[in-house]
Amino acid sequence: MKRIYLDYNATTPVRPEVLETLLPFYREQFGNPSSVHWAGRQVSGAVEKAREQVAALLNCSPAEVVFLSCGTEADNMALKGTVDALKEKGNHIITTAVEHPAVLETCRYLEKTGCRVTYLPVDKDGMLDLQELERAITPETILISVMWANNETGTIFPIEQIGAIARRHGVRFHTDAVQAVGKLDVDVQKHNVDLLALSGHKLGAPKGVGVLYVRRGTRLTQFMHGGHQERNRRAGTLNVAGIVGLGKACELATAEREPNHARIKVLRDRLERGLFAAIPNIKLNGHPTERLPNTLNVSFAWIEGESLLLNLDMKGIAASSGSACTSGSLEPSHVLGAMCVEVTLAHSSTRFSLGSDTTAEDIDYVLEVLPPIVQRLRDMSPLYNCGKVDACETCDTVKKL
Amino acid sequence: MYSEKVMDHFSNPRNVGEIENPDGVGEVGNASCGDIMKIFLKVENNVITDVKFKTFGCGAAIATSSMVTEMAIGKTIDEALELSNQAVAEALDGLPAQKMHCSNLAADALHEAIKNYKATHP
Repeated sequence: MKRIYLDYNATTPVRPEVLETLLPFYREQFGNPSSVHWAGRQVSGAVEKAREQVAALLNCSPAEVVFLSCGTEADNMALKGTVDALKEKGNHIITTAVEHPAVLETCRYLEKTGCRVTYLPVDKDGMLDLQELERAITPETILISVMWANNETGTIFPIEQIGAIARRHGVRFHTDAVQAVGKLDVDVQKHNVDLLALSGHKLGAPKGVGVLYVRRGTRLTQFMHGGHQERNRRAGTLNVAGIVGLGKACELATAEREPNHARIKVLRDRLERGLFAAIPNIKLNGHPTERLPNTLNVSFAWIEGESLLLNLDMKGIAASSGSACTSGSLEPSHVLGAMCVEVTLAHSSTRFSLGSDTTAEDIDYVLEVLPPIVQRLRDMSPLYNCGKVDACETCDTVKKL
Repeated sequence: MYSEKVMDHFSNPRNVGEIENPDGVGEVGNASCGDIMKIFLKVENNVITDVKFKTFGCGAAIATSSMVTEMAIGKTIDEALELSNQAVAEALDGLPAQKMHCSNLAADALHEAIKNYKATHP
């Protein structure tokens, strides 16, 4: 059966060029880069080359690149490291209600240790109000943390303007750029970013490697103690093969980002137009224009997300959902909640995220297969054609779609 | 994650639909938790002769609804009241732990329909 992967925001396959570049580091080039002998020297050059490749993508200096295990660790290091380093200055953090749990859960933890956190709300398109952000800044504010692009809806935040606001007020600015790297221009100078989290496995590199960009002069308390790796910022033997792979992936992203952006956007728009033409009573979740080129998050009235995903899976299509049943909790997606998406629509939200291997045939197959699935589930649903249209809040929302 | 039986009932659910002039109707769950099950009954001489269901919910919700209707047909009202959520889950060769709450709704919906039948047919 044909297999179509439309969940690139969850993870990406390791690219063949990346795999080829990193394999020797699992074979004959196995040394520890901290060792002074030939085995160490063989690999330390490769690590520094990877560092330069990452720095070129971010437009920063290689010395500002810290390798670590993943995007979550980078966010943890940025938040916790800042709070501890700047505790004399203040204890207030400004972030958003739609951040990835790596940021939100860390903020909740920091609140328990005495920090005050402002979670900025978003509008129904998932967009921030910049005036509200600026108004939230106080003399005790030590960090603004806003994701570059939302993983669920693809909504892109105005990072350059936020960076300018942060700079104007002398407040440090961190961004979780995990979904943006490789898709958007993530020039840290142009965008006034002080700390940036990046994850290898969203970029065609292996799982288990990530980067925190730390602008020169940005004090962070160390939390991974041990050896002297990464200029004493983050101890632990380097994941050499992962790092070499990440470097290659960044080099490819620098070269291919713009043509890829254009190609994938055409395919995503084809899927979006096709779905809206073929299926009535559906809703786009996310900003209509300020959105990642590969992401489409749609709610289908009167049906539930996991049952939709299972049906898609049986046809070989991999996608994801914001329903409670797929989140492991009883609540649907917090991002859709913050956007005030009506609850049954939130339970039916489905995210399609395209990538390097997605073709027009894949999109056309989805467009062929999805409408009958939706109809079948609607025919099974007590909410569809239930006859109580006037009394029903769900139908009222759907009528306005 | 799901057993073969669950996938079968999910892909080919039995007894989907509504009954015109049902003898009993039961609805449980709510939109905010993502599960709503509605069960319709036809009863003759104290025996359930027809059952239909409509469900808004995940794979487990659809499968358990389908299974409970299959188990209820031909049973007397009292036998049907004995059907438990556990029995439905077992008939499906088990459900993942985090999905058990979905199965809870299926037998509850059937019992609500029976309660409605008893209240309207004293």
